[in-house]
Amino acid sequence: MTYSDPIISVDKLTKKFGSFTAVNAISFQVMKGEIFGFLGANGAGKTTAMKILIGISRPTSGTATVAGYDIYKQTEQIKKSIGYMSQRFSLYNDLTIKENIEFFGGIYGLTSRQIREKSDALVEKLGLQDKFNRPISDLPLGWKQKLAFSVALLHDPKIIFLDEPTGGVDPVTRRMFWNMIYEAAYRGVTIFVTTHYMDEAEYCNRVSMMVDGKIEALDSPARLKEKFGVNSMNDVFVRLARNQDKAKVQ
Amino acid sequence: MEIRIESISKSFGDVRALVDVTFDVNAGELFGLIGPDGGGKTTLFRILTTLMLPDSGNAVVAGYPISDYQAIRRSVGYMPGRFSLYPDLTVEENLKFFASIFGTTVEKNYELIRDIYVQIEPFRDRRAGALSGGMKQKLALCCALIHRPKVLFLDEPTTGVDPVSRKEFWEMLDRLRQDGMAILVSTAYMDEASLCDRVALIHQGKILTTDTPANITVTFGRPLYAIRTSNVYEVTRDIESYAYARTIYPFGEHLHYTDKREKPDPIELEDFLRGKGHHDIELTAIEPTIEDAFMELAETHSQILTQ
Repeated sequence: MTYSDPIISVDKLTKKFGSFTAVNAISFQVMKGEIFGFLGANGAGKTTAMKILIGISRPTSGTATVAGYDIYKQTEQIKKSIGYMSQRFSLYNDLTIKENIEFFGGIYGLTSRQIREKSDALVEKLGLQDKFNRPISDLPLGWKQKLAFSVALLHDPKIIFLDEPTGGVDPVTRRMFWNMIYEAAYRGVTIFVTTHYMDEAEYCNRVSMMVDGKIEALDSPARLKEKFGVNSMNDVFVRLARNQDKAKVQ
Repeated sequence: MEIRIESISKSFGDVRALVDVTFDVNAGELFGLIGPDGGGKTTLFRILTTLMLPDSGNAVVAGYPISDYQAIRRSVGYMPGRFSLYPDLTVEENLKFFASIFGTTVEKNYELIRDIYVQIEPFRDRRAGALSGGMKQKLALCCALIHRPKVLFLDEPTTGVDPVSRKEFWEMLDRLRQDGMAILVSTAYMDEASLCDRVALIHQGKILTTDTPANITVTFGRPLYAIRTSNVYEVTRDIESYAYARTIYPFGEHLHYTDKREKPDPIELEDFLRGKGHHDIELTAIEPTIEDAFMELAETHSQILTQ
């Protein structure tokens, strides 16, 4: 499969907080239908960059378009074209599955009929019929995450942003979750994902590695391993981040 | 033996958080409690550090029964999963505070924490709340060590921490173990199991197995194959329709496959996939990892439950 149609284009994107440069002139493209891994150490600037791309934070300089919309002027259109889920925030624990679907469907402007159709299909696919009217808090973490992913896709977004979606999830559920990601990508949804599991970095078509606000490497996992002469993405990560530490000390 | 756990059970309403948990940790041993969130790891830590009573069962920590909470609290260090230092105090103030409530001084035990503390010392006047994730974790470890405990409890110290900081953290634990301290550390990262002397795999409140990492992978007990392909999604879907397929899971750059038969036929499987139009398949017999073993044991365990 080749990807040639950019759906996210970022050019010299920069975000400063006072004298601190959190995101330092990053440039990259994500292609339509691609699974793109956005990796980096804690504090490297991933979350700051992601907030800009989902339209909730304004950059200091640089340009970017997401799903064809400008990140300065068209943030509302961006929000309608994307889905978002994170480990920390996904669904409302006190609401039932039904209420969560209705709430998020409503926010994204679906009609009652669309919401009904979508929620029937979703609940059947996940096998959650008997839990439909139970609060989310009754579900195990892995199920919550699968449901959250499905809810984030409810309005048929072009791109879905996943911020550490599988942290702490058991190994089988983590893989079922990735099968859902593959399936969405196969249908043409673009996946933008952050993770600390380096085996998951291997599941991406391409990954970028952010170190101290800059993108230090961007390629397919296979080519990155070849370039650094190592066997795993974990070693690629350690190489990049450690080199940076040494450079700082000197 | 620094930790002895005998048949500990604990329920919260209908939820059985811990079911008949039994294992030991020796002095100088780095022992991993490995399993996903919701498995019961934190509940067990809270019982062993005397913050919670079990419904049944016994435990002895640093030579004291868990009913003797005053003695245990003096003898153990505990780093909870959630950052629990004082965010408004500086790095140095936090450390002095923890030393003084344990009736000691930073100077007296500085040797034990020196390797770790030098990394955060440049920020000693910074408020703890303003530290980065990796530095908070190092400070928390210093505070848990400052009274030179006999037993150290670390509840998911590496969750949400990037691979570089994780590696550094495990190197620190390796040095502490050499001092003779018993360390019980929990993690949801299966790859960290190989860094422990022994591990207990925990899932849904039950210990699936306790052994050295090497012995656990031996118990996997069936041929395992790695499949390399450029089209993970379609190959997975096609293998699911293969008559002898038992499990197929993505594993890093490969798919891991097990067969329903005792003696699988890899050539037949390759032919099957070629017939489906996959021509870039590479199939190799491999040794299982801890994560393969965990998934296998967890699956067997839930089958027993549903029977």
